[in-house]
Parts: sequence; structure tokens; C-alpha cells
Amino acid sequence: MTGQDALRVALDRLCPMHLWLDPGGVIRHAAPTLVKLRPRTALVGHGFDAAFRLLRPRPCSEPPGALPTGLRLQVQFRDAPATAFNAIALPAPAGGLIVNLGFRMTMPEALRDYPLTSADFAPTDPTVEMLFLIEAKSAAMEAQRHLNLRLQGAALAAEEQAQTDPLTGLKNLRALHDVLSRLVNDGDCFALMHVDLDHFKAVNDSFGHDAGDHVLRKAARIMQSVTREGDTVARIGGDEFLLVFPGRQDRARLSRIAARLIAGLERPVRVRDHLCRVSASIGIALSRDIPGAPPDDLIRRADAALYASKRAGRGRFTFAGTAVPPDGASLA
Amino acid sequence: MHGLINKALQAFLTQTYGAALWRRVADDARLGFAGFEAMLTYDPVLTDRVLDAACRALGRDRDGLLEDMGTFLATSPALPGIRRLLRFCGATFEEFLLSLDDLPDRVQLAVPDLRLPTITVEDRGGAFFLVTCQPEWPGFAPVVLGLLRAIADDYGVLALLDPGGDGVIEVRLIDRRFADGRAFRLGAGSA
Repeated sequence: MTGQDALRVALDRLCPMHLWLDPGGVIRHAAPTLVKLRPRTALVGHGFDAAFRLLRPRPCSEPPGALPTGLRLQVQFRDAPATAFNAIALPAPAGGLIVNLGFRMTMPEALRDYPLTSADFAPTDPTVEMLFLIEAKSAAMEAQRHLNLRLQGAALAAEEQAQTDPLTGLKNLRALHDVLSRLVNDGDCFALMHVDLDHFKAVNDSFGHDAGDHVLRKAARIMQSVTREGDTVARIGGDEFLLVFPGRQDRARLSRIAARLIAGLERPVRVRDHLCRVSASIGIALSRDIPGAPPDDLIRRADAALYASKRAGRGRFTFAGTAVPPDGASLA
Repeated sequence: MHGLINKALQAFLTQTYGAALWRRVADDARLGFAGFEAMLTYDPVLTDRVLDAACRALGRDRDGLLEDMGTFLATSPALPGIRRLLRFCGATFEEFLLSLDDLPDRVQLAVPDLRLPTITVEDRGGAFFLVTCQPEWPGFAPVVLGLLRAIADDYGVLALLDPGGDGVIEVRLIDRRFADGRAFRLGAGSA
């Protein structure tokens, strides 16, 4: 074996993706892994320029002159699949060039195009380790993603089942329905008070949502202060509340509660340097007016009474099925 | 114990013996939940209880069951990733065997909080190897034994594998080209 042959055998193992060009730029030898990408006949005997396009450094002429040596090059197969490679060209011992190629970041796709095995890479080449890492990390990420999806689902379910309004700490609509269903099923009488804050939108618009949230929390405390234990206060919308008074059917008592509530809510709330002013319109429905009716019917009656209060000028309360009093405080 | 290990045990029991058996085992082991999450960590006591419950339910000894689990991990079509990741470790079975001591590091690269027990491989000459698993996890050696049996088939070699006690596995390579073995290409999405 001549020295040249021995070198070639060594290079085939050390750099299994190299090409040997003669001084005219014609490929004289292609290392074994490159031959797996293109048949030997498509490489050996052809000019390097005929098989590869030089991407970087961008050639000034087409076809380009001799390959620059000692620089990091980027080349690409001219025919499909147009795999791109990093490359370096260095002078060969007896003239010509040795060009070594390596896969770039697109290696996972390149490996889909070619049936390569670890034997096709030099044992010192970290490509196989990289592929291992890519697959292992993808699998771990996928497992993590599944866990996240399940946790997200669990969080949504928990939220769904929750009975508390996170902003005010009052009951939410779900909790309210539970309370009402229980009362109706047990045949207990009760009163419903539907409260809607007046001018709340103006607070939000003028002073921001922080101020609005503050007013809502304050309103929640006022509503809790006018109710007894056993009553339910629920926030059922942005600035809408429903109060349930089990056992109460006395209009005079309910009127006093409603008037106290309006008076409490009308007290200005200081948020930073601003005084926020709201009021409340209230509709009240009594279960004994339509005995055995489903809770939704009573809520609708309270709602209709609330809108009667609004139409009559806000800041007042109305009993369902009655005329609107001329002034909210008149029954207090 | 890392959720991946528990989940692997659950997958092995569910896919080999059915979901009903898994439910019985989970119940008997007083897990308190339906199944393990791969990316959470659990009290090692739970893994132990699941193994005990599975052995009771199936009337099997622990080592035999764990060996089957090792084979399952390397061969189950439901978990093609594991076989692929193992095959990345060597171009030939011998290379694979000699790189087994890298396995804990490789696993940790992928899942930083999963640390497998140390594995050492001794080439005793004459195609005889000793694989030793450190005793951190008592059931680890039988799993590796089952896994090695399956991987030897995958590479197409004929090897005799025997438990040598104390976490040691004796590997005698009889024929390096016994069968064709399964092809392994580096490209993802291939065999």
C-alpha cells in the first residue's frame, strides 16, 4: 500500500464524508458516508461545482473559481434533496484539495432523507450523541407537555367546582343555585334581593379597574354587614349581586335592609386620591308570591323589579309585582 | 422514585396484563390515585407496594416480573422511543454493552432529576462480560437483564445472559451474527 493509499484508508474512517479533488476541481474519491447520500458515479469523475453549490462565502462568479481553503464553507447538493453541509477545503499532499463535509443544524431532516446508521459517522463525531439527545429531550418535553395539559384540565375543573368569587370572597352563581335549589326543594320561603351597582362603569372608566375592584370589595363587605348568618350574598356578574334571605317575607324588614344597603353603598369610597361614588338599584322578590316556582322564575321577578328601580331613577328598591315607589327610601 | 420509573411499571402491567389488573394492583397498593404521572416524583414506598401487589395478583416472584418489564421496555411497540434511545448507545451489541456504564449519564442528560444506579461493565475476555448494577435500587439488575436479552435479539446476536447474584449479570456472547437483527436508522421516525 502506498503512503497515499494508507492516508486515504485512514481518512475514510476519520472523515467518512470527505471528497478528494484533483487540481482541476474534479472529484477523484468520495468517502463511504457521502456515497450513501449520492451514488459514487454521481460524484467521482464530476467537477465539485457540478455536484455542489457554494453558499458561503458567496461566490463572485458562476461557476465559481477554486474553492477557498482553510475557511468554514457552506455547500449544498445541486440536486434534490438539496442537503446543506458545513465544509472545509485544505490542500492535499500531492496537489488538489481534500474537502471534508459535515451535516448542519438540519441534520435530523437530512437523516430522514438518507438511511444512515451510527457506523456511518466517525466514532469521535458527536452527531449520534446529539441525535440521542434530541430524541430523548423531545420525549421528555412531550411527557412534560402531557402533564401540563392534565394539570391545566384539573385546574379548570377545580375552578368550575369552586363556589367562591375570587375577587370579593362572596359566593358565586354556582353556589347561589345550590342554595336556591335547596330552599325550593325543602319548601322553605325566602326573599331574593337583586342588587346592581349604579354608576359603577364610570368608576372603572375614570379611575381604572383597580379602583373598580376596590369598590366591589367594599360593596361586598357592606352587603355582608346588612345580612345575618344563614343569608347568602352572591356576586353573579360584574357589578350584580343576589342576596338570599331564608325565612324572611316581611316587606317592612326587607325594605329597611334595602334602604340600609343603598345608604351604605352610597357612602363615597376613597381609592388613592379619588372619591368613588356609586349607588345601587334593587329588586326584591318573595317566594310566597309564587309558591313552588323554580328559582329561575323568582330571579326573573327580582330582575324585573330591579329594572323598574333603574327606570324610576336608580338608587332605590322595588318589590316585584308592585308599583315602583316614588322614592327608594320612602318605605324605609 | 421518579415518575418515569413508576409510569414504566404501570405501562408494563397495564399493557401486558390489562387495565383491570392495574386497577386491582393500584387499589391493593393503596395508591390513592388512578395512575402515575411520568414527570412527578413519588415516595419510593409506593413503587415497592405496587411491585408487591403485582406479584401477589399475578403469583409471580419479583425478579421474574422485573425481568419481563425490562424486556417489555425494549420491545413494546407502544414505547418505540426507548428501543431507539438504547440503540443510539452502540453500533454493535458489544459496543452497546461496553457503553452501558454511560447509560445513567445519558438518561440524566434527558431527564436531569432521574439518576439511574451506576452500571459497570467488565470485559473478561473470550466474549465474556460482567455487568454490575450498584444496589441503590434492588430491582434494577433484573430489569437490566430483561432489557439486555431483548436488545441482544434486536442486534441479532446470540448471547447467554444469567443473573450472577448481587446485581451482577453474566453475558456470554456466543454468536455476533446469529440473526439479521432489526435495522436501526438514525433518522427519527424510522425503525
